[in-house]
Amino acid sequence: MKAWFRQHAQAFGRGLARVGLLNVLVIGVALALPAGGYALIESLHAVSGRLALDPQISLFLDAKRADTDALAAALKRDARIARVRFVPREQALKELGTVQGLPELMAALGRNPLPDAFVVTAREESIEPLAAELAKLPGVAHVQADALWARRLGSIARVARMGLWLLAVLLGVALVAVTFNTIRLQILTQRDEIEVSKLIGATDSFIGRPYYYAGLLQGLAGGLLALAVVAISLALLNREVRVLSESYGSNFRFDFLSAGDAFAVVLFAGLLGWAGAHLSVRRHLRAIEPS
Amino acid sequence: MVSFSAVAKRYPGGEEALRGVTFSVDAAELLFITGRSGAGKSTLLKLIPAIERPSAGTVLVNGQNVAALKRAAIPYLRRNVGLVFQDQKLLYDRSVYDNVMLPLSFSAHPPKEAARRARAALDKVGLLAREKANPIQLSGGEQQRVAIARAVVNRPSILLADEPTANLDADSARRILDIFVEFNQVGVTVLIATHDHELVREYGKRVVTLEAGRAQ
Repeated sequence: MKAWFRQHAQAFGRGLARVGLLNVLVIGVALALPAGGYALIESLHAVSGRLALDPQISLFLDAKRADTDALAAALKRDARIARVRFVPREQALKELGTVQGLPELMAALGRNPLPDAFVVTAREESIEPLAAELAKLPGVAHVQADALWARRLGSIARVARMGLWLLAVLLGVALVAVTFNTIRLQILTQRDEIEVSKLIGATDSFIGRPYYYAGLLQGLAGGLLALAVVAISLALLNREVRVLSESYGSNFRFDFLSAGDAFAVVLFAGLLGWAGAHLSVRRHLRAIEPS
Repeated sequence: MVSFSAVAKRYPGGEEALRGVTFSVDAAELLFITGRSGAGKSTLLKLIPAIERPSAGTVLVNGQNVAALKRAAIPYLRRNVGLVFQDQKLLYDRSVYDNVMLPLSFSAHPPKEAARRARAALDKVGLLAREKANPIQLSGGEQQRVAIARAVVNRPSILLADEPTANLDADSARRILDIFVEFNQVGVTVLIATHDHELVREYGKRVVTLEAGRAQ
């Protein structure tokens, strides 16, 4: 057992000595792209998640012509509609008053410019035909399908996230290839030592062990570097974003990856490094046979 | 200890190095294998630690059929067979001491015990004083002695030497062979391949002569 630990400690040390700083840099920068993109999307997603994604339609009424009670009864009878909520113009004004910057505007107007409204929740996902129909009801001045643009935003986020996953897969393959090639070159330069070791009775796993450690450590170091690159980039971005979002009265900023995601990035990088080393050792170490 | 029966070795390309060699070596025997270059001496020695596999016949080492060994078992066979080559195969990026330590790095010896063994082996070949030197600084005969120290440091029961005196002057050559004789006297089975008939005759040991791939 003690001998086992000693041999692994020795292999770890030799592996560490073979970690190339340039390779760590390549891996770190490559992984920073999908990891950083993921952090950006997650931050935006947190915002868009607060927006209503329910299939809601707002009906704004013409104050002069509308028979509110009859309209409410008609809407409630409609089988395609799940819920109906009436928002009187006074209440709408009160709700607007909570939004930053608007009370001053309201005060300047001097009177309530808002109409009465119904907020209707449809049973079905596709609300455009229903919205078009409701617009023709007597007393309805204007119809707005609120969820539409929020859902478009959601779709864009999904496309972006899929793109990031594809990027992550491609760069993961590149990481494996980089490690594979580095380990290959190391094995070739250590050819004499490997050949002699095989002649005097070293097992394949003993000879391969430092290379496995080298691949693993190189991947882990690359993963940590990627996190550092993301953290620094987000900090720089946030300095500018704060100015922008304050002008909108928001305190939005881009968040760093969650602890779990950050851990996953490092672990993933380490595993890919190990895999690259494994492929290279299997292919190149076995090919070296004393003759 | 080592026995060959009807062993043939044909290399890819058709060259027949051995054509039915039969002989055996007892435990603690010292045997010379002589013959002209190209007679198959090196091939014969390489069959024992499974560096080469026979095309026909069987090679038994300690009762084990070497040709039937699985790949994973070969390192353990080699730890019991010390190898000395004509071209030493030392590593020139490290000291004499580290060269001798190499076989101990993958056996489970505690560090102190390993260091003690390496120094004992260097002492045995008379090079303890040069342990910190790089092998490149040593003479041919001294390098060959480092190779011997490396071959015996794991205390193998069989020691193989392929032309260990080929590039040495007569005195150095005799010194090398004397070291092999010493190991043989403490019970190690030794096989030495050499083309130097004169030197072999001085030692009065059993000799197997190879000619055109056959034992005479």
